[in-house]
Amino acid sequence: MAEKKLMYGNHAIVEGVLAAGCRFFAGYPITPQNEIPELMSIRMNEIGGVFVQTGSEVAAINMLFGAAAAGKRAMTSSSSPGISLMQEGISYIAGADIPVLVVNVVRGGPGLGNIAPAQSDYYQATRGGGHGDYFTITLAPNSAQDLYEFPRLAFELAEKYRNPALILADGLLGQMMEPVELSDELVDPNSLAENEWALSGCKGRERRIVRSYDLRPGKLEEWNLRRIEKYEKIKKNEQRFEATDCDDADLVIVAYGTCSRVSDAAVKMARDKGFKVGLLRPITLWPFPWDVFADMSKRIENFLVVEMSCGQMIDDVKLATECRSKIHFHGRPGGGVPTPPEVYKEIEKVLGGAQ
Amino acid sequence: MKKIFGRPAGLTEILQRYCPGCGHGIVHRIIGELLVKLDIRERTIGIAPVGCSVFADEYFNCDMIQPPHGRGPAVATGLKRTRPECIVFSYQGDGDLAAMGTAEIIHAAARNENITVIFINNAIFGMTGGQMAPTTLPGMKSTTSVKGRDIRKQGYPIRVCEMLASLDGPYYLERCVVDTPKNVIRSEKALKTAFMNQIDNKGFSLVEILSTCPTGWGQTPIQAKKWLGEAMVQYYPLGVYRDRSKEEK
Repeated sequence: MAEKKLMYGNHAIVEGVLAAGCRFFAGYPITPQNEIPELMSIRMNEIGGVFVQTGSEVAAINMLFGAAAAGKRAMTSSSSPGISLMQEGISYIAGADIPVLVVNVVRGGPGLGNIAPAQSDYYQATRGGGHGDYFTITLAPNSAQDLYEFPRLAFELAEKYRNPALILADGLLGQMMEPVELSDELVDPNSLAENEWALSGCKGRERRIVRSYDLRPGKLEEWNLRRIEKYEKIKKNEQRFEATDCDDADLVIVAYGTCSRVSDAAVKMARDKGFKVGLLRPITLWPFPWDVFADMSKRIENFLVVEMSCGQMIDDVKLATECRSKIHFHGRPGGGVPTPPEVYKEIEKVLGGAQ
Repeated sequence: MKKIFGRPAGLTEILQRYCPGCGHGIVHRIIGELLVKLDIRERTIGIAPVGCSVFADEYFNCDMIQPPHGRGPAVATGLKRTRPECIVFSYQGDGDLAAMGTAEIIHAAARNENITVIFINNAIFGMTGGQMAPTTLPGMKSTTSVKGRDIRKQGYPIRVCEMLASLDGPYYLERCVVDTPKNVIRSEKALKTAFMNQIDNKGFSLVEILSTCPTGWGQTPIQAKKWLGEAMVQYYPLGVYRDRSKEEK
């Protein structure tokens, strides 16, 4: 039977990354994710992996570029300001079609902001983040169990599509403790297939080049168009979400990560009072689960978007529903975390007094 | 007829796009020859910078990667740590290494990362059109210092070997110049040492090579060679700045 353990979210990420067969971590300390590099430094030493504490997040993402270009599973973690510094590298990695895993334990911003949980990096995560036409596959965990399981999924998706993957957590998920069921099936890094693009020395084969540039007229355009084809495949195949109590709902709350946990409690309060309320939790933020919204918007009159930001995912909800439904919003920026009664009040505002 | 001189197998057949009198071709050839002489071509991964030598990924006949401006030493770290059996070199210009990537080169040196760095210092930004570099000499003209580098407003050049020699980390640091056949041979010897150190798992080696940019300098190739051997060598003294093999003996 699988072992169950009480773990910090940040520690669950570390064990999940190692269970996925990743043996390379480079990163720079930043709150609220310091438990990741701390535990990683111990665990990588134990199992013969690589841990590098870098001079900056800029160096960290570029070490990932090297390790992943060598065909190895590689990851880094940081929090918002550090992820901003990594955008240059992520753009190059996306431009070179190299799979890596980046974990963002989001904190309040902009600027130095604070160290409280936030979801204000949604735009950055789902719109590419750096320069150029690209997207990163973005997963939104909402429990320590997800934080343990998503690294493996992220690596598999990243490798399948040769694209960087991002796990968008937040300070609350990273710092809270929850039981985690550990997997019996650990990925052996030596069992992972060698990639036909990986740099390893050209013995017995043609030499390989990993790069993101092409100055020949028209060639970069072609390359971008091929990448767009890849994105269309990801959009078609990889939309993930969790829908609860949506079938008969007059109002569906849309929330991911910590906000989906808060909203789950608010839905229960509302149901107890007789309101027909459901919860739609996007698990992939890119690709956004557009299809389920397109479908639901034909019958759901009200969506209430709950975010720990001034309102970023709400744009995607409007786009996905093509504004057929009424879109309401409740947001807490700058490190604020909504409470279930607070969200319940918003439900009441939309649906009227007690039923 | 016996062929006695040709392109080394460490270089591809692709025509190099460097200007007449540019030093990159000389250094490329030295590296291309060393990849063969040291029998490491098939296990080498090279890193091309941003700048004129961005196309080095096409010129060296081995696996290559082209990372963001200045980040070569970080990319090299990721490659070397995951593929320790490979030989990893980072080829960088003065804008790449001494401006954009200053932090990356200092920390790679401080960690004594087992990589080989080739630093081409020609005191100017070539590809972007002759702007001031961190190594542009005081009084030297560039398109962003048209009356000559004014040290009161634009500060002083960075001497990379001396700066890195202040760290305990690096294993080997040497500055050479490619102005005369004698000095080209000296450069080859330094580069060979820098690769051998990596092969022997000794750690971080950097060879700074003072080089020409006749186009950026507004000189003929002949004038540039002369100026390289005089003004550049005067400001950037040649020599070995660190050799820990001496301490080991």
